[in-house]
Amino acid sequence: MSYSLKENLMKEERLSGGHRMCAGCGSPIAVRTVLRALEPEDKAVVCSATSCLEVSTFMYPYTAWKGSFIHNAFENAGATISGVETAYKVMKKKGQLDDTWKFIAFGGDGGTYDIGLQSLSGAMERGHDMVYVCYDNEAYMNTGIQRSSSTPHFADTTTTPAGTVIPGKLQKKKDLTKIMVAHGIPYVGQTTFIGNFKDISEKAHRAIYTPGPAFLNVMAPCPRGWRYPSEKLMKVTKAAVETCVWPLYEVIEGKYILSYEPKQKKPVEEYLKLQGRFAHMFRPGNEWMIRQVQEEVDRNWEALLTLCNL
Amino acid sequence: MSHLAKDMTPDVTWKDITPGCNIFEGGTSAAVETGDWRTMRPVIDWDKCRQCLLCAPVCPDLSIPVGPDGKRGEFNYFFCKGCGICSNVCPFGAITMVKEAK
Repeated sequence: MSYSLKENLMKEERLSGGHRMCAGCGSPIAVRTVLRALEPEDKAVVCSATSCLEVSTFMYPYTAWKGSFIHNAFENAGATISGVETAYKVMKKKGQLDDTWKFIAFGGDGGTYDIGLQSLSGAMERGHDMVYVCYDNEAYMNTGIQRSSSTPHFADTTTTPAGTVIPGKLQKKKDLTKIMVAHGIPYVGQTTFIGNFKDISEKAHRAIYTPGPAFLNVMAPCPRGWRYPSEKLMKVTKAAVETCVWPLYEVIEGKYILSYEPKQKKPVEEYLKLQGRFAHMFRPGNEWMIRQVQEEVDRNWEALLTLCNL
Repeated sequence: MSHLAKDMTPDVTWKDITPGCNIFEGGTSAAVETGDWRTMRPVIDWDKCRQCLLCAPVCPDLSIPVGPDGKRGEFNYFFCKGCGICSNVCPFGAITMVKEAK
């Protein structure tokens, strides 16, 4: 069935308003889009690692989740949802349940790239029928913009402040999507918000309805931490894709498939200049930082193209 | 005692809340007004709106409802925090951000 934005939006929303995420936050956009990918007759259990999303959508006695939601701790969203999925399988086998349930975990980059990585890796290796969605905003935003292993090279955060001594974060961003591919799971996708949301909606649907474990990495900008005006969200994600900083691709049964190739790959400045966390890179004498980021992006992009053409 | 969100007033003591802070209803945050955070208010010009719906999926606060007829309705100002993403994404300039009156 071909994608229609209109039909997609006519489906019931499974997240409610009244949550306390910041104005212009990318993560509730990711969540509501992924949950709309569920078929209307199916139910879902959602688990969240500790994150902005968790603390802002689940404040007793108010929950923004219309369906079942479970939070356990920062480091174990993968383990928690895999336990729920196993209980479901047992109950289904015993005939105690008829409905079809799906199992979706959400985590920020802190809870996924860093703190929850072992539990996520275990869940993927054990082969549970679940989807883990990382909404990647590239730092620990909930506690005040501390660097994570997802924070890009040279980004200014409160624990990697750019100044005369250090040029922002000294290390490169970890490539978690490829780490998940290395688990040999049936579906891995990398996406963000572009145009009519076709890319993220179709990937979310494939992730949910592929039997076995699936992983989705969604770039979800944070206006506060990335320091751009909140209304520019779609401009930032578009620039990330057009500069190949955040390429859109998926890996189905180990086969790399490029989802979008820019007609004219834009220079990284187009992405960096939109955000205050990279402002120091544009000061005189710091041109080498931009050159280095461009080299890294070019290398990763070429490597991805090679993988997609295998 | 009732454990419904509507009965959880500040007078309820910790002894009377649910063990583990479990919540037995879905979507109770719908009672929480976040519209009062807003400093800028999106206003739609229906003459310019072509119902392309590009504004609806980008809303973080589910404030742009799409009805069963496949058309968007008026903003839900009870939730809208005024981030302005919808206004920026509209190809027809139908949504303008105006300063919220005090």
